[in-house]
Amino acid sequence: MRMSTRTTYLLRAGVALTLAFIYIPLIVIGIYAFSSATTLKWPPPGFTLEWFGKAFDNPGARDAFLTSIKVGLIATLLALVLGTLASLAVARHRFFGRETISFLVILPIALPGIVTGIALNSTFSQVLGIDLSLFTVVVAHATFCIVVVYNNAVARLRRTSASFEEASADLGADPWQTFRRVTVPTMRTALVAGALLAFALSFDEIIVTTFTIAAGDQTLPIWFFTNFARPANLPIVNVVALVVILVSMIPVYLAHRLTRDEGAVVGRAPVAEATAAP
Amino acid sequence: MGRRLAGLFHGRPGLQVGGLLAGPVGWLVVGYLGSLAILLLTSFWTLGELSGEIEKTYNPANFSLDNFKQIAEEPVYRSIAGRTILIAALVTVTDAILAFPIAFYMAKVASPRTRSVLVVSVLLPLWSGYLVKVYTWRTIMSGGGVLSWAGVGAPTDDMVRVWLVMTYLWLPYMIIPIYAGLERISDSLLSASEDLGGHPRTTFRRVIVPLVFPAVVAGSIFTFSLTLGDFITPLLVSKTQFIGNVVYSNFSNDLPLAAAFSTVPVVVMVVYLLVARRLGAFEHL
Amino acid sequence: MRRLTARPERLAWLVVSALASVVFAVGCGGGDDDNGGEALSQIGEGEGELNLIAWAGYVEDGSTDPKVDWVSDFEKETGCKVNVKVGNTSDEMVQLMRTGQYDGVSASGDATLRLIEGGDVDPVNTDLVPNYEDVFDGLKEQPYNSVDGQMYGIPHGRGANLLMWNTDEVQPDPDSWSVVFDPQESSKYAGHVTAYDNPIYIADAGLYLMKHNPDLGITNPYELDEGQLDAAVDLLKDQNANIGEYWADYTKEISAFANGDTLVGTTWPYQYLTLQADGEPVGQTIPEEGSTGWSDTWMISSEAEHPNCMYLWFNHILEPQVQADVAEWFGEAPANSVACEPKYLKNGPFPDVNHCEKYDAAGEEYLDDLFYWTTPVSDCGDDRGDVCTTYDDWVQAWTEVKG
Repeated sequence: MRMSTRTTYLLRAGVALTLAFIYIPLIVIGIYAFSSATTLKWPPPGFTLEWFGKAFDNPGARDAFLTSIKVGLIATLLALVLGTLASLAVARHRFFGRETISFLVILPIALPGIVTGIALNSTFSQVLGIDLSLFTVVVAHATFCIVVVYNNAVARLRRTSASFEEASADLGADPWQTFRRVTVPTMRTALVAGALLAFALSFDEIIVTTFTIAAGDQTLPIWFFTNFARPANLPIVNVVALVVILVSMIPVYLAHRLTRDEGAVVGRAPVAEATAAP
Repeated sequence: MGRRLAGLFHGRPGLQVGGLLAGPVGWLVVGYLGSLAILLLTSFWTLGELSGEIEKTYNPANFSLDNFKQIAEEPVYRSIAGRTILIAALVTVTDAILAFPIAFYMAKVASPRTRSVLVVSVLLPLWSGYLVKVYTWRTIMSGGGVLSWAGVGAPTDDMVRVWLVMTYLWLPYMIIPIYAGLERISDSLLSASEDLGGHPRTTFRRVIVPLVFPAVVAGSIFTFSLTLGDFITPLLVSKTQFIGNVVYSNFSNDLPLAAAFSTVPVVVMVVYLLVARRLGAFEHL
Repeated sequence: MRRLTARPERLAWLVVSALASVVFAVGCGGGDDDNGGEALSQIGEGEGELNLIAWAGYVEDGSTDPKVDWVSDFEKETGCKVNVKVGNTSDEMVQLMRTGQYDGVSASGDATLRLIEGGDVDPVNTDLVPNYEDVFDGLKEQPYNSVDGQMYGIPHGRGANLLMWNTDEVQPDPDSWSVVFDPQESSKYAGHVTAYDNPIYIADAGLYLMKHNPDLGITNPYELDEGQLDAAVDLLKDQNANIGEYWADYTKEISAFANGDTLVGTTWPYQYLTLQADGEPVGQTIPEEGSTGWSDTWMISSEAEHPNCMYLWFNHILEPQVQADVAEWFGEAPANSVACEPKYLKNGPFPDVNHCEKYDAAGEEYLDDLFYWTTPVSDCGDDRGDVCTTYDDWVQAWTEVKG
């Protein structure tokens, strides 16, 4: 499309401003992490690395970090299994209610987190009478992580023809062999991408976690929430903030590399095919 | 063993689908929808007067509508809900406007290499530390923080503060679907419009906007939903109450009331989702 | 691709059975906690662990300040490892106790009755706590910690909510709550006033009105009928315009004062002492109208898994030296009269042999005039009868105040 040079320059300026808007706050917190002051004074009077050591030594932060990793891994695993199963059903079969499945899967992430959180909390503590624990957190996280895996898996399955699986069956493989040797390799990178994104989502989550975690446990965002105002901890908090940002970026970057052409981050086009008439 | 199972499933497509779906559907229907149902059930319960303990009842005859009456009658709940929805709408509009230039550039103007870099740049902060970002804005807007140092001064009005931070938080969620939507608009359509004598502004208005609109709606699902339930941003950067704050602060004392109030965002979002689906947004998620 | 159309009934059957299991779970789920209901008759061996809910600064094990520690020697002597969860408000503490996962709590008067009423705590056999006899009489068998003469806890200490201000920015030194309640006076600090983010703060408004609007007829800030509550709510709504930030978490108040974001407002002595120790320019006072306060009681959960350790803690926290340390560290009056002896006060974190006079430990000067946190109930306790507003009404009202 032809555009005047002026428009192009304006567009470029817009892009630069938007990127600046997005990244400047992150850079600011990065600078604070190295600031030698123990207050939020700006600009920082000096720079130091000592807070990184102190943050690492802080037992609360360390435990919370490990808890977040634990919860993330288990929730991702669950989401992987459930999301893959659902995607296979939706992408490889036609059945009554297929469109509803896609709607259902997206609900946990489309409804506000506070609703999911309070709903799960009511179920666990009022009705089922089970104590909140890391188990309840994992259940909660897996629930909204399913959609991330599902979207990636469905997008991949739609791009690949089912004829390979049919050929495999024709050649005498049983469904399990077909799954293992044909379907999985095709889906592998999409599943890994989905898993990475699910992990990032779980690692970052706080709202649903607040309602489903036991009082004595902490994931990293929870630790952050309870500690960010403690004057003694201020520099450590800034370090943790920076670490959280960087660590969360890694899985997202890797996932992107794996599914570059499909653009399936939040998911693309799976529901379209599902809603098409059979 | 595998073959025997295969024999069982063969020719019984229903069983195949059922087997595949049992896990996920079971989890989502029983675990998730069931929880939502229980939340609704909870909103019909009341509290004992002195102990403040919840008086549970599973008998519909004993259900109480007190909580719903309370949120319907007390003006403060209406104003809080209204405020939340208003900010959600404002944030959505602002993000759509802010997202457009960069999404357009990424989809239509940038070279493939630049596009790749831009996409990554927008993606990376997506799930990187939501709470951390709110905290960062809190520090930027505090006395002695970056904004006052820069002479600009932080906004003092609570609504402005919340609107600003939320616009920041959800911007990537809007950029990506719009970018994807724009990418799908074939260039030939745009050249055709040009060839027919269309000024770029006309092309924009009459070709691009209608075609990208469903993608915008898709992005808005997130900006709207995330704003509707957020309590952390209002808590950290303002002293106002949003729907999420009321639910959060009542949840330990008065779970039934919190549950009743949380039906408001659910209803709003379900309606929003149904409208969005009708507008074709689901294809752009 | 083969067309595989599943029979619609399959999916429907799946959904139905799923919903059926939900109904089943709902119908059969969730039993109520059972009530122990009885006090211990003797203390056995320590169980090795103790899970407490406490106000900040009440259970110090050296992690805040290496010199401030009355937990480590308890752990060594009894073998009970202490895990403490800090509660920020009474509501939080009540909710945590209800989970049944804690052994004990340092409850203020506005939580104690709720816990007793809800069956979340057991009565305490004070014969098993040797140090109990030295507790000030003014703390024994009070309405907020006992029922029909049976004690439901061990007194910890008591104190007042203070008015704190930034001495550099707020002049002259305020001596009345009007600096935060009077629209004219507090507008000087608009956007920099703070208040405690909890419905119980309504009592502070009630207290102000009691002194400044006598025709409202308020005699007790926790016994407010509807008209009086409305007046208090109006006062608080006016105050809201000048509030910069409410505080529910004491650390946020400390950081707000340190930043200069907050200049004046209500606080616990703990924040004042912490800020002062950090060299911040703060002043404090109990204003001329008096103040609300709290009298805290250690209570044992009816579902305590480590009751013996809890009783050992009861006695330990009443040890004179421990009481002196706690009182000085937090800034309150101790419960144990023996703690006021100079030899104990000299050894505390902020040594001050006059601590007990300053904080009126015997309750002769102002402590007995403080309006301790207590749960508002419908029974006014006077000839008005049953027309007073309950805590539930206050929670409602507080949402309205914040708007």
